[in-house]
Amino acid sequence: MRSYLVSRVLGMVPTLAVISVIIFTVIQLPEGDIVSSTLDRLQAQGVDVTEEYVQNLRAQYNLDKPLVLQYFYWAGNFLTGDMGYSYLFSRPVNELVWERLGYTLSITVSALFFTWIVALPIGIYSAVRQYSIGDYVMTSIALVGLATPPFLLALIFMHIGFEWFGVSTGGLFSPEFEDAAWSWARFADLLAHLWLPMIIVGMGSAAFTMRILRANLLDELNKPYVVTARAKGVPPAKLVLKYPVRIAINPFISNIGLMLPGLVSGEALVSLVMGLPTIGPLLLQSLLNQDMFLAGSLLMWLAILTVVGILLSDLLLAWVDPRIRFE
Amino acid sequence: MDAVLSIRDLAVEFKTDTGLTRALVDVGFDVPRGEVTAIVGESGSGKSVTANCIMRLIQPPGRIVAGTIEFAPERALSSEGQAPRAPRLRAPPFDIVSLPNRDPRLQELHGGLISMVFQEPMTALSPVYTVGNQVAEAILCHRDVSRRQAWRESAEMLERVGLDDIERRMRMYPFEFSGGMRQRVVIAMALVCHPEVLICDEPTTALDVTIQAEILTLIKDLQRDLGNSVIFITHDLGVVAQIADQVVVMYQGRVLEIGTVRQVLKDPVHPYTRGLLAAIPGLAPKGQPLATIGSVVGDADIETPHPLRRLADGRQVSMPQDSRG
Repeated sequence: MRSYLVSRVLGMVPTLAVISVIIFTVIQLPEGDIVSSTLDRLQAQGVDVTEEYVQNLRAQYNLDKPLVLQYFYWAGNFLTGDMGYSYLFSRPVNELVWERLGYTLSITVSALFFTWIVALPIGIYSAVRQYSIGDYVMTSIALVGLATPPFLLALIFMHIGFEWFGVSTGGLFSPEFEDAAWSWARFADLLAHLWLPMIIVGMGSAAFTMRILRANLLDELNKPYVVTARAKGVPPAKLVLKYPVRIAINPFISNIGLMLPGLVSGEALVSLVMGLPTIGPLLLQSLLNQDMFLAGSLLMWLAILTVVGILLSDLLLAWVDPRIRFE
Repeated sequence: MDAVLSIRDLAVEFKTDTGLTRALVDVGFDVPRGEVTAIVGESGSGKSVTANCIMRLIQPPGRIVAGTIEFAPERALSSEGQAPRAPRLRAPPFDIVSLPNRDPRLQELHGGLISMVFQEPMTALSPVYTVGNQVAEAILCHRDVSRRQAWRESAEMLERVGLDDIERRMRMYPFEFSGGMRQRVVIAMALVCHPEVLICDEPTTALDVTIQAEILTLIKDLQRDLGNSVIFITHDLGVVAQIADQVVVMYQGRVLEIGTVRQVLKDPVHPYTRGLLAAIPGLAPKGQPLATIGSVVGDADIETPHPLRRLADGRQVSMPQDSRG
């Protein structure tokens, strides 16, 4: 177990290294860079730019070095915790990313919990009472949930909130807490705003999870080991939870890591619509403006989250399923 | 005869898209206490459905439409207010078929008074719990004992069914066991609460021949030691000869012949039983085709149902009045 853990963590290093090369290549692909867009802007404002100034700027961002060297500067700084300077916001990337990364994580992780808390009981109910009225109702709701894009759901919720209740549902904070320092009151305010994006982001995956769980469970319900357990006298509720459900949820545990990227990209659209201060909108802006340090750092963080998520779900699966060997 | 189970007029139907299938038609026989009753018949003859009726395991689209299964346990049921396993001459018999789904007696029945061993040892145990957990659970479902006590009794029973290195084995998972060992575990799980009836639904069909013989001997020996009754379902007449006291021959959801193992195997009355016996491959000259049931039965009518009739020697057979008796 311990050597498995060590080898898996070590295995993440080359994976992330390859991803970093890809990310660096991608953000270098478009024509132009920070300097050229700076020049464009300055020239548009009628500022006379000297050749020396341009050289200085290039040297400052290491843009005068060969591309390979530029990559190592970028990667090396990233490892030491310096994610570079955002030209777009005229601030270090470090200052921009941390808080937003936190919000993104809280929305996606809470959406993940929402998915499970909703999908698990409903999926089990739908399978155990297959073709009952409750099953049909839940199935219909799930299909609507699957078919509705999260950003549309966000618009609908915001519209309802504004038209019927007169509250603005955008953002993660009430205006009075927007720029306040962290306090319990601000935290409570965050929780009061978090539930709506959580539901909107988690709705699709909850519907999906519920449908798959229902199908998996229907496959398991009449397996011989379930009949054996019933013949042994295990009470009905315990029977379902201990035997078929335990097997039917395995694929989901292994998929938690893979669900994260989907939730993050779903969160990006929802955040744009609802004006949430997460990394989704920031990523979009940085890509549009060729703010390469910001874009690269954000993409790198998403990659790290995904790889760590997959590792966690693999470990979780190995923990719940004794058939998984560590060799 | 002292019967632990009396099955009368049992009828089961399966409603499918292609129509109504009558899986059992007027099935009736007694299971003598403390003996081995074999139910033989070809695939689809209703052997397993009969067993599942006794266990109340018939699931939709299947339905018991008529009949009774009277169960006369020796022990009193604890859910009837008696101390569990209190020695009492005889608990009042009751009908298993008419028990409501949520009746506590049903729970007690399952694994407590009547247990079942299934055909597929490879899939009969959950892969994600240890063997010890699954065997001990049978005890914990039926008796108010500590986990430690349940574990200890499970170890005793596992030792009885022939496992060695018990403590280590109990902490292993079923997928680490061979087929024969798993079937031993399933048998231990079925017997660990000392049920009065053990139903074995083709318990050796999925095992290879040497293991088959071991498992058969084990079931027979345990039955002698524990004094429980056994219903043994098989299509293998060699197995019947080895293990059974009484034989019930089934065909297309009906009972054709009931008798002692000697009567049925040595001197079968019903043409179908005769065909079944004649179809066992033996040492015949080279090139001679194997006998089929059809070639032996000839034009004797085995499709028309007749009520069971008791012959002078005590056996029962489903034949018209004039054919023998």
